[in-house]
Amino acid sequence: MSSVAQKRSFGATVWDWMTTVDHKKIGILYLLGGLFFFVLGGIEALIIRLQLLKPNNDLVSAGLFNELITMHGTTMIFLAAMPILFGLMNAIMPLQIGARDVAFPFINSLGLWMFIFGGIFLNLSWFFGQVPDAGWTSYTSLAITSEGHGIDFYAIGLQIAGGGTLMAGINFLVTIINMRAPGMTYMRMPLFTWTTFVASALILFAFPPLTIGLFMLTFDRLFGGNFFDHTMGGNTIIWEHIFWIFGHPEVYILILPAFGIFSEVFPIFARKRLFGYASMVFATVLIGFLGFMVWAHHMFTVGLGPTANAIFAVATMAIAVPTGVKIFNWLLTIWGGSIKVTVPMLYALGFIPSFVMGGVTGIMQGAAPLDYQLHDSYFIVAHFHYVIVGGVVLGIFSGMTLWWPKMFGVMLSETLGKWTFWFFFIGFHLTFLIQHWLGFWGMPRRVWTYMDGQGWNSANFISTIGAMLMGIGVIIFLINVIKSHVQKKPVPNDPWGDGRTLEWAIPSPPPFYNFAQTPLVRGLDSVWIEKQEGNESGLTPAEPVQDIHMPNGSIIPFLMTLGIFVAGFGAMYRLETSWGLPVLVLGLFFTFATMSARSLKDDLGFYVKKEQVLKDLKEKGGKI
Amino acid sequence: MKRLKNWRLFSLLAALTVFLAGCGQEELSTLLPAGQVGQDQFNLLLLSSAIMLLVIIVVVIIYLISLVRFRRSKVGEDHMPEQVEGSHTLELIWTTIPIILVLILAVPTVYYTYKLGDVTAMGAVDEDGNAENLVVDVTAKLYWWEFEYPDLGIVTAQELVVPMDEKVYFNLLAADVKHSFWIPAVGGKLDTNVENVNKFYLTFEKDSKNLKDGVFYGKCAELCGPSHALMDFKVKTMPRAEFDQWVVAMQATDGQMADADATDGEALFAQSCIGCHAVSGVGTTGAAGPNLATFGDRNRVAGYMDHTEESIKEWIKDTQKYKPGNTMPSFPQYSEAELDALAVYLMGLKVEE
Repeated sequence: MSSVAQKRSFGATVWDWMTTVDHKKIGILYLLGGLFFFVLGGIEALIIRLQLLKPNNDLVSAGLFNELITMHGTTMIFLAAMPILFGLMNAIMPLQIGARDVAFPFINSLGLWMFIFGGIFLNLSWFFGQVPDAGWTSYTSLAITSEGHGIDFYAIGLQIAGGGTLMAGINFLVTIINMRAPGMTYMRMPLFTWTTFVASALILFAFPPLTIGLFMLTFDRLFGGNFFDHTMGGNTIIWEHIFWIFGHPEVYILILPAFGIFSEVFPIFARKRLFGYASMVFATVLIGFLGFMVWAHHMFTVGLGPTANAIFAVATMAIAVPTGVKIFNWLLTIWGGSIKVTVPMLYALGFIPSFVMGGVTGIMQGAAPLDYQLHDSYFIVAHFHYVIVGGVVLGIFSGMTLWWPKMFGVMLSETLGKWTFWFFFIGFHLTFLIQHWLGFWGMPRRVWTYMDGQGWNSANFISTIGAMLMGIGVIIFLINVIKSHVQKKPVPNDPWGDGRTLEWAIPSPPPFYNFAQTPLVRGLDSVWIEKQEGNESGLTPAEPVQDIHMPNGSIIPFLMTLGIFVAGFGAMYRLETSWGLPVLVLGLFFTFATMSARSLKDDLGFYVKKEQVLKDLKEKGGKI
Repeated sequence: MKRLKNWRLFSLLAALTVFLAGCGQEELSTLLPAGQVGQDQFNLLLLSSAIMLLVIIVVVIIYLISLVRFRRSKVGEDHMPEQVEGSHTLELIWTTIPIILVLILAVPTVYYTYKLGDVTAMGAVDEDGNAENLVVDVTAKLYWWEFEYPDLGIVTAQELVVPMDEKVYFNLLAADVKHSFWIPAVGGKLDTNVENVNKFYLTFEKDSKNLKDGVFYGKCAELCGPSHALMDFKVKTMPRAEFDQWVVAMQATDGQMADADATDGEALFAQSCIGCHAVSGVGTTGAAGPNLATFGDRNRVAGYMDHTEESIKEWIKDTQKYKPGNTMPSFPQYSEAELDALAVYLMGLKVEE
């Protein structure tokens, strides 16, 4: 960017990041926040595995173990996987559709800060010594009787973070519907944009049930509600339904963007158009739709009766069909291509067999009577880690290495990247493959220890070794990031050489207004088409160089969230302290005040002058 | 041709059987089913594994071939692949075949779902009004299991005793928070909810006498608090005649009480323990602590500790150390001699020979 930015003081830089509404900077903040929580959740996972290294181990106590599994699951899903994916979506999706920002930059910033404050709120529980301990599902008979404020941290923290997620989802939907460049029809959108679109639609319908469930849980625990207290006419099974009506689509909210990433990676590094684009789009939409029809397969052993179980079993199996279509389309994309095994491609290639295994064990559990055996055993632990690590996390690593140069202007080391992959990949299979058998051999999940003499010792030992290898892989990744940023070599527009979509035709990192001229899109893989036809820049402008309208930054999103964050503590300590109620009221009042400030003062944004755009183009050596 | 296919399927199934059943311990492995319910579920496991293995093999073959044949180092740096849009024929094939595979799995799934969910015979009575089938009411509590036999008027805890080769029906309920009732070797689990009774059946077809500890292992499969991992129970299976003898012996403990005037551990028991623990096997569910009428016959102390007097003493001295979060108070005030006496008394509580 311009030299002015580099001369800023540290304080000004921090202020710039706190007030930013630029989708690329917000994407970076999402990514860094998510990575932080990913490392935190990983440390929790390692302690869990170390505790299970041998029978009768006493590294951690029973209570602490339950806190660790709860925080590991909650952190990884809500604070690591989703934010990292949001980071990639935020940074890349607007570039892919030729837009200059998302539809609501202010709300984008608000969503980011709600995620960060929600995550901090949840994890402050460690410092208060009252940590959520009822599992990431927090089934209510246990969640309601759980002592201390642990579950309150869970309910309020997720409420704040979840609100941010819902905002981000709506924002992406509106962006994709309204802000596509001329010629970018729906059926010319890159697959990553499509999966962002469908995942956002899932967020729109899946997060409100979570919001309601969490409010009911909060009311039960803090305000004398009885929604889930069966002795007062409540019902705990309702929580399970509400949670999984959110929880199952949530899995697809995570995996669909990963599918999108792989659908970008395979064509680039096989130098070949995505096979069966139309069926890929259709399969994505179908998976998203079916994702709402199967929540009760998490509840086969609850006693819903044979009819409900049979219906949900068959519905679950049906998801195998569109997912299978996707797998074969990817295979046929690389078939007949020219495969170059870079780090992003390595992750994509590792994904196929890993995810297929996670998928088929899902179908096995869809067979309800068989699930009576597998449910809540280590088999399910193996299954969902195969899907989430073998699918989502490999997707995240693939996407991060693919787009890191675009987002940061820094190329990550390929050598270190390959080391990360092999440690992580081998460690992953070592950790989780054997856990299928632990499930067969009768080991229930969420056990803090196990007795000797049940035949589980060596399998658990192997699993722990695998987890440590994964840890080493992540450490190498972090070293890679630091090392590459220190070396900081300039990166061209298209560092991979075979970029096909719009983001590869603009500088890395792009100027804050993204496109000097809004591009004209003439087909799928727009940049590829232009280059094949001899247009080296990869872009055909749809407008002359002119003034560009951009939004102003604002500190209000940060303050608005701060108010909610403070109010959360007030709500939690309302009854037992004298300051609780005033703090609750004050926090909410502060949020409403910032909302008023936003509503009453018009913010019309500003214009980037035509001269500035021309100057930037010249500096970058671009053509007009 | 068809015979060839059958042969292939059979050999695949056989290979799978070896592959899957080769491991696990008889008393708690789902791969060595000890009853019809577990067997049905195991068959479903074999069928689904076979289908899924087929899918994996097909995917991996295509995957490996493309990896070997289409590497850039092989096809040349400048090679420009043909930009194929797709193929309707291929797409039709890989939509249809998965649908067929799913249907092959869906039919037995639905069949077994209804079969295993059928509890209509539960309340059946003969001409004299006696129950035709054995019914056991299971109550899950923090962190122990209570088993009442309502038609026989007896109740026990921690060790379920059942006759072999007949359907045993279960009513499942939790008294505090949700738990889940699972005997891996015998059949899949069913949750014990807090607000409603769940019903299902299991059949036991192996005599537990021949097992390592003489019992099958039962587990709690739903996170229920700190001691979830320790909420084990055991299952004793025996021929019907032996079971009937056991029932008679249990019924004979009617009115049995710990005597406060006794000189040994019994007096101590009568002073404090009796408030929560009954020593008569006749009664109904709802006790504060496990029924101890068969304590001497059991396999474990507190559900998971070795069945020795030493364990009993350790347990009574500090229950929270061994089962965090359980509801039994600790008795650090007891002297070593008192604990010894109590342990001897408890070990003497038996109904079996």
